[in-house]
Amino acid sequence: MQQCHIDVRYVANLARLELSEAEIAEFQPQLEAILGYVETLSKLATSALDATTHAPPVFGKMRDDTPHTSLTMEAVLQNAPDQAQGQIRVPKVVVDA
Amino acid sequence: MTITQLRQQLTAGETTATAILEQLAGEIARRDSLTGAYLSYDTETALAEAAVADLSLPLGGIPIAIKDNMNVLGQPCTCGSKFLENYIAPYDATVIRKLRAAGAIPFGRANQDEFAMGSSTENSALKLTRNPHDPSRVPGGSSGGSAAAVADRTAYAALGSDTGGSIRQPASHCGVVGLKPSYGRVSRYGLVAFASSLDQIGPITQTVEDAARILQAIAGHDPADSTSLDAPVPDYLAELHNGVKGFKLGIPKEYFGAGIDPGVRKNVEAAIQLLAAQGAEIIEISLPHTEYAVATYYVIAPAEASSNLSRFDGVRYGHRAANPADILDLYQKSREQGFGPEVKRRIILGTYVLSSGYYDAYYSKAQKVRGLIRHDFETAFTKVDAILSPVAPSPARKIGASGSDPLQEYLSDIFTIAANLAGIPGISVPCGSVPSDEGVALPVGLQVLGPHLGEKQLLQIAKAAEIL
Repeated sequence: MQQCHIDVRYVANLARLELSEAEIAEFQPQLEAILGYVETLSKLATSALDATTHAPPVFGKMRDDTPHTSLTMEAVLQNAPDQAQGQIRVPKVVVDA
Repeated sequence: MTITQLRQQLTAGETTATAILEQLAGEIARRDSLTGAYLSYDTETALAEAAVADLSLPLGGIPIAIKDNMNVLGQPCTCGSKFLENYIAPYDATVIRKLRAAGAIPFGRANQDEFAMGSSTENSALKLTRNPHDPSRVPGGSSGGSAAAVADRTAYAALGSDTGGSIRQPASHCGVVGLKPSYGRVSRYGLVAFASSLDQIGPITQTVEDAARILQAIAGHDPADSTSLDAPVPDYLAELHNGVKGFKLGIPKEYFGAGIDPGVRKNVEAAIQLLAAQGAEIIEISLPHTEYAVATYYVIAPAEASSNLSRFDGVRYGHRAANPADILDLYQKSREQGFGPEVKRRIILGTYVLSSGYYDAYYSKAQKVRGLIRHDFETAFTKVDAILSPVAPSPARKIGASGSDPLQEYLSDIFTIAANLAGIPGISVPCGSVPSDEGVALPVGLQVLGPHLGEKQLLQIAKAAEIL
């Protein structure tokens, strides 16, 4: 495991978080300390092991593929921050040609 | 009064569901301003439900408080976050549907750490919850509101959720019972997701018997949650009082090392002696990968959280920043304004461990170690029926005492985290108290861990350890 060198500003951008300078200054040492602690895992030899994604190895019972009633449009839109004509309104996402 | 006692009074005609609810709403109105367990409660709706409650059902007429990360139709579901401060649930979670089918009445929204990230409920962006035993201390977390309400008797019982100890640790700190079922035992449809391979819903109650009653109602397969197991649900009450004679109970030496408060150790050891005196055989065991559990968890849980919380983008529901320059600005500003610091830290940490170049070193590595931790438990359960330990290394700490060191707070999750990684059930049972410097009795919890889907025996052992 390589020495941790997290760049909080860069990773926050990947996560679509806009942080203040004060937050970056606060999080940088905290996250370095956490990642430093996580490096204890490198003491263990794991190359021969498979990854465990879910604890019990049995899951994934799919429901029958039959139509059923879902939420009404009104119920779905009741929490929308901005809406018009039965649709959620967002800033323009396509650029003029 | 316990659920068992309430049900006796209801079926004997000594009280009504309406009377119970009116009395409870009165208690909340009079006393909850001191504890702050509730974010909101809707007496009018609950009274309408109480008026038509079917008392012939197993939980008929019983009000149950709900952690504020489970959807109840028409009620707020804030997750303790500014992001969802104005969100109203458009449907019932499966656990709510099942509680209703058993006659219970969901009543009151219990405070929590924001998106269930924390161990003190101090990370709620909306309200401070205090420990009813000592208002200068935290109730634990993240289901701190649920545990505080049950301890304060402003709820008869509550639902919580547990991703790394968030039911068991607040139950321990508040002196009540908290059960995290096996992964897959209870449907999570309608629970706002934190870490999907770890989250489970479970009861927080005054007694082990009440926990069994609620688990009975909420367990089982749900077509809406493909991770819920299609395994039969046993009768959790049938052998609850049969004791522990002949049971083999394991004491993991790694859980009783340095770092445990001497008072906690003394109480837990007394609880072990109580079980031994009832005929249980106590066996020392080893869970050799215990020291890696916290590091493993704090890779896997933030990784899953960073993915799950990407849905909070300010587009379809929740907070949206005003006057965004473009869609990217809308995402970034909405998330910056809507999330608190602990949620941001975990999103950044999770994004980092999943990012190109670091994925194998952190995320894949942690998943492999997770397999070793699970294997430790599988090996142990070939020798013992259950494992006993403290729930937390110390009693509830003072409000504000964690300072700015999140790593130290994470390390206090050491005894509860492994059960989530291994997918096994665990329960916290009150086992005495430790006097604080000011002479206040601070509750201590005994943790009992069992094999996957072993809730029935787990509850039976917990019942034997319970001092009523």
